Amino acid sequence: MRKVWQTPGGIHPAENKLQSVQQPIQPLPLPPRLWVALNQHAGAVAKPLVAVGERVLKGQMIARPQPDSGTALHAPSSGTVVAIGPHPIAHPSGLPADCIEIVCDGLEQWIDRDRHPDYRSLPRSELLVMISERGVAGLGGAGFPTAIKLASDRPIELLLINATECEPYITADDSLLRERAEQMLVGIDIASYLLGDPAERVIGIEDNKPEAIAALRTAIAARSDKAAAIELAIFPTKYPSGGEKQLIQIVTGRELPSGALPAELGIVCQNVGTLYALKRAIVDGEPLISRITTVTGKACLRNGNYETLIGTPVSALLGHNQLQPQRLARLIMGGPMMGVALPSSELPTVKTSNCFIAADASEVAPEQPAQPCIRCGLCAEACPASLLPQQLYWHAQSQQHEKLEAHNLFDCIECGACSYVCPSNIPLVQYFRAGKGEIRQQRAEKAKSDFARERFEFRQQRLEQQERDKQAKREARKLAAEQAKAAQAQGDNGAAEDNSAAALIAAAQARAAARMASPQQQRDKLTRAITSSRARLQAAEDKLTQAQHDGADHSQLQALQAAQAAAAQKLQLAEQKLAELAATDSASSSDASAAPELDAASRAIAKARDSAAAREAMSPSEKMASDLAALDKRLAKLQEKLELCEDSEQRQLLESSAAKLQAKRDALHTSSQGDQHGI
Amino acid sequence: MQPLWELVVANPIAAAVLALVGLALLFGALLGFAAERFRVEGDPIVEQIDALLPQTQCGQCGHPGCRPYAESIAAGEAINKCPPGGQATINALAALLDLPAPELDDEHGEASEVKKVAYIREDECIGCTKCIQACPVDAILGSAKMMHTVIAAECTGCDLCVEPCPVDCIDMLPVETGIQGWQWQLPPRPGLIASDRQPHSGAAA
Ligand code: SF4
Ligand code: SF4
Ligand code: SF4
Ligand code: SF4
Repeated sequence: MRKVWQTPGGIHPAENKLQSVQQPIQPLPLPPRLWVALNQHAGAVAKPLVAVGERVLKGQMIARPQPDSGTALHAPSSGTVVAIGPHPIAHPSGLPADCIEIVCDGLEQWIDRDRHPDYRSLPRSELLVMISERGVAGLGGAGFPTAIKLASDRPIELLLINATECEPYITADDSLLRERAEQMLVGIDIASYLLGDPAERVIGIEDNKPEAIAALRTAIAARSDKAAAIELAIFPTKYPSGGEKQLIQIVTGRELPSGALPAELGIVCQNVGTLYALKRAIVDGEPLISRITTVTGKACLRNGNYETLIGTPVSALLGHNQLQPQRLARLIMGGPMMGVALPSSELPTVKTSNCFIAADASEVAPEQPAQPCIRCGLCAEACPASLLPQQLYWHAQSQQHEKLEAHNLFDCIECGACSYVCPSNIPLVQYFRAGKGEIRQQRAEKAKSDFARERFEFRQQRLEQQERDKQAKREARKLAAEQAKAAQAQGDNGAAEDNSAAALIAAAQARAAARMASPQQQRDKLTRAITSSRARLQAAEDKLTQAQHDGADHSQLQALQAAQAAAAQKLQLAEQKLAELAATDSASSSDASAAPELDAASRAIAKARDSAAAREAMSPSEKMASDLAALDKRLAKLQEKLELCEDSEQRQLLESSAAKLQAKRDALHTSSQGDQHGI
Repeated sequence: MQPLWELVVANPIAAAVLALVGLALLFGALLGFAAERFRVEGDPIVEQIDALLPQTQCGQCGHPGCRPYAESIAAGEAINKCPPGGQATINALAALLDLPAPELDDEHGEASEVKKVAYIREDECIGCTKCIQACPVDAILGSAKMMHTVIAAECTGCDLCVEPCPVDCIDMLPVETGIQGWQWQLPPRPGLIASDRQPHSGAAA
């Protein structure tokens, strides 16, 4: 037998297990209606695949999980979907959640079961998809999807099978091992195959289950495949040795660091119920639609373990056990330590419902008022996680979340050992659950507000950028307008006229010079071309005579002759072009001597000079008259535009400019009149 | 040199004064150097205050967003003007700034218990884009003459988009806290002595 280690803390509550293992596991009569909750555990809610009114077969997938979280859900029996909507579920909040309600037809008509007894011939990835599609989830604790746990990408050395079932009253795993140990071993082999056949497979079990241990021993001995050895680790009964961390410490002596996953130590833990479900899903092709549930408590005349369809109302379970309602003091889901009190029995079971306790008054301690903590330290002694519950309690009460985290609140497994031993009856675990909830909520809020801040700042930045762009554009436009104005002012200004005329002349001269430069260049180019073609022609002729002299063959001679002809032609062309250029050159130079400024620019310059001179020569009154005429012309044009214009905005603009022009004209007119009178 | 040295030896008071002056100069230089060398850019207290504000960006505090309010708190403004943050934020700010924690100033609005999220009745939306322009965190999706919708996960519930909507098709709905958002509550506090009157509790350990 394997060596086992001690864990800190722990308690020994009354076991109360015997009453429910007197009989073998029994089937339950098919309830008329089933409610399958869409969220079976913490995490994302599954999406329904069926519609109201649809007929479903037993084992048909009725809801698909969100990617990478949760498991698929299946119809527990054949029947008709009658509703998809909120229904109270077995949850401490007592809040309703979405359920698929199925009215059973009693035919128990299965889907085509896709059996894989040869699972070792399937690729791992395919098997993992199959496990997820067949809804296998952790049946021991929180219902974590098994496929995700078995898809570990770290090397695994130990597959640890949890058969501890340390909480009082619960015997679901015990009875499963007594009756179906071989099937569970097949489940171990499937998990082992998926984990790459780790070096060790160890079943951890408490010594209070001798029948289960015996059944396991027989089943292991009867196994044909001895290669993959399965060991038993039997240890003294103590609550809570079934916690993942505690079990790892008992079996390996290693302590799981705070916040670490077992896979980081090369360990994967699986509950026996989960492994049995795994075997059923793969080898028998039956998705997870039922589980073994303990129904016990003194308020029921019968106690026992039942093969329960997921979604069976708790009231049906209790009714089958002949519940005496008048004796019922409290209905508890789960064990007495970690379970929660249910507000009513009209709730459906979920995949993680391992036990229901219909306790009478003698089983539940009458509610004692909590008293102040006397700092006795019993809770710290009992804590399996080596925490200081009295300190945590103090900080949880005053909602000091940093201190709670500093005291490792998140290492608390909510086992309830501290509350159990507390002489002051302080509901310590409730404080810790509330504290964890508050911290989680705060973290979520913090994440959300950080995200909002980021988005707000991004938007702010974007708006600023837009504003900056707009400003830049506005400035550019203003600058352009100013330049235009300045140019116009220059044009209007008589004094500046000389300047602009000089600039115009300079520009025209530059242009003329550019044109003058090009014939010169052309001539140079042509001369160069002529010399080079002459040289080439000479060379070709030399080659030809040489070839004739050497008596080269006909084709070679022909090619040489062609080359010579081409060279001669090129030379001729270049000479011709040069002659043409010379002719035009002489013509243009003779023109230039006759009329030096004949091109358009020069003409414009001349005209501008003339007009300036004419203006200079005009008397002031004549100047005014000409200005007046120009203004009249502009006004007339504007009026014309105004008549054509339809857009009201533009019209307004035009009107205002017309009014301005009119004012200018009037001013000019009066002053010219005055001048005339003055003369 | 000689007379100064003799003065120091002969006169312990002068020696002490000299020593102190020397030390003062030395440490003054050291502090001056440190102040230059390790100067902090920006105002770290504003960052810390901003981190405590709820980032709803609703402007109820009278500032265009949480950060401007953080800046003016750093400059001495009252810390009780943020209704979305409520008393929890005021307490956190008071702890940070070492101030007494006042009650929420209800001139700026009342703290609401329920979180809200904007919802656009989409068939009534005319696609005017006015709400998009109002949303401080870009949580509304849509374009001109197209149906608009709110990205619920990104909406801070600030209420700013409701007013600009010309057809009043935006509602502020309470955020659903189903089973996913549920959490355990703290049990009632035990009294100091056992004979204290207890509020009756239905909760069990
Ligand atoms: S409930 Fe938490 S604090 Fe209390 S004994 Fe268990 S692990 Fe320790
Ligand atoms: S057991 Fe109870 S009374 Fe004793 S220290 Fe812990 S919380 Fe306090
Ligand atoms: S009132 Fe609060 S949430 Fe709103 S902008 Fe001001 S600081 Fe931010
Ligand atoms: S959608 Fe409306 S309520 Fe939500 S953040 Fe944007 S403006 Fe505020």
